[in-house]
Amino acid sequence: MTVLDGNAIAGPLHEVFGTEMTTAVGSCAGCGATAPVAEAAVYIRGPGIVGRCRRCDTVLMVLVTIRGRTCVDLRGLAALEPASSEGG
Amino acid sequence: VERAAVQRRLTWQLGTVAELIEETARTKSIALEIPDWRGHRAGQHVDVRLTAEDGYQAQRSYSIASAPEDERLVLTVERLADGEVSPYLTETLLVGDELELRGPIGGYFVWEDQLGGPLLLLAGGSGVVPFRSMLRHHEASGSEVPARLLYSARTLGDVIYRDELTLLGTSDGIEVRVTLTREQPEAWEGYAGRIDRAMLEEVAWTPGDGPLVYVCGPTGFVEAAAGALVELGHVPGRIRTERFGASGA
Repeated sequence: MTVLDGNAIAGPLHEVFGTEMTTAVGSCAGCGATAPVAEAAVYIRGPGIVGRCRRCDTVLMVLVTIRGRTCVDLRGLAALEPASSEGG
Repeated sequence: VERAAVQRRLTWQLGTVAELIEETARTKSIALEIPDWRGHRAGQHVDVRLTAEDGYQAQRSYSIASAPEDERLVLTVERLADGEVSPYLTETLLVGDELELRGPIGGYFVWEDQLGGPLLLLAGGSGVVPFRSMLRHHEASGSEVPARLLYSARTLGDVIYRDELTLLGTSDGIEVRVTLTREQPEAWEGYAGRIDRAMLEEVAWTPGDGPLVYVCGPTGFVEAAAGALVELGHVPGRIRTERFGASGA
């Protein structure tokens, strides 16, 4: 399956979080790497959306939408900080 | 301050197709009139949603090809043989039709004058679309940031915006170079073959110049180009990437 990146899910993330999230910086709970959400390895062709750490492959986030309701699992993220320059 | 004010919920809007432009055999630009469009930044996307009569919906993200200064929002779409959305957008859609979309989306793969440069843009195939927006914005805003586009296409016939890019390349501060990977016409003066270290050494400034780099294309292209830049000593933190799949994006 083709690996994309966080830019590809900017819309669904904006929908869930109510704001632009690709510039937010996430910390991987597996290896501690920090990177903008836009740089995560993203798979969108499964039954849901999966974002993984580019360094250690830990699953950072899973988004699954069923009958109009989106479930979000962020257990692989130790932290998720909105970018200060974007937050206004 | 103005930007903070537009951070609001994404809502689906209707645009009306004002013009269709055949860019290459496989790509078409769609110019849209969208009432209440709140503007965008160069490099952002929109999500497009199609709804079938039975209610089935398919949604894809497309880069915006127009500059913030342009009158109409333009999307350039490549037709993918196994696509669910792109065949409709490139073959069925007519002027006057309505299209459901939401945006602008994204804030990472964005360039504007205050981000500075030198600005290096590396495009693979239809990855050139957001760079058209950035270069038109560069031109319209009178930016003095030196900018270079290195665009990799299979053949000359696959080069999207060919005339416009040639013209943009004559502007002060903008250089445009094209490499053709599969087939080059006789007397071709551009590059041949895939973007590699040698090509980047000629085009990418030096790591000491600290170019701000944007790489957009299929995943394999992005990994190869960004990897070669890092091998040459460019700082990963100055390289922004955007990947799209062979199908879907």
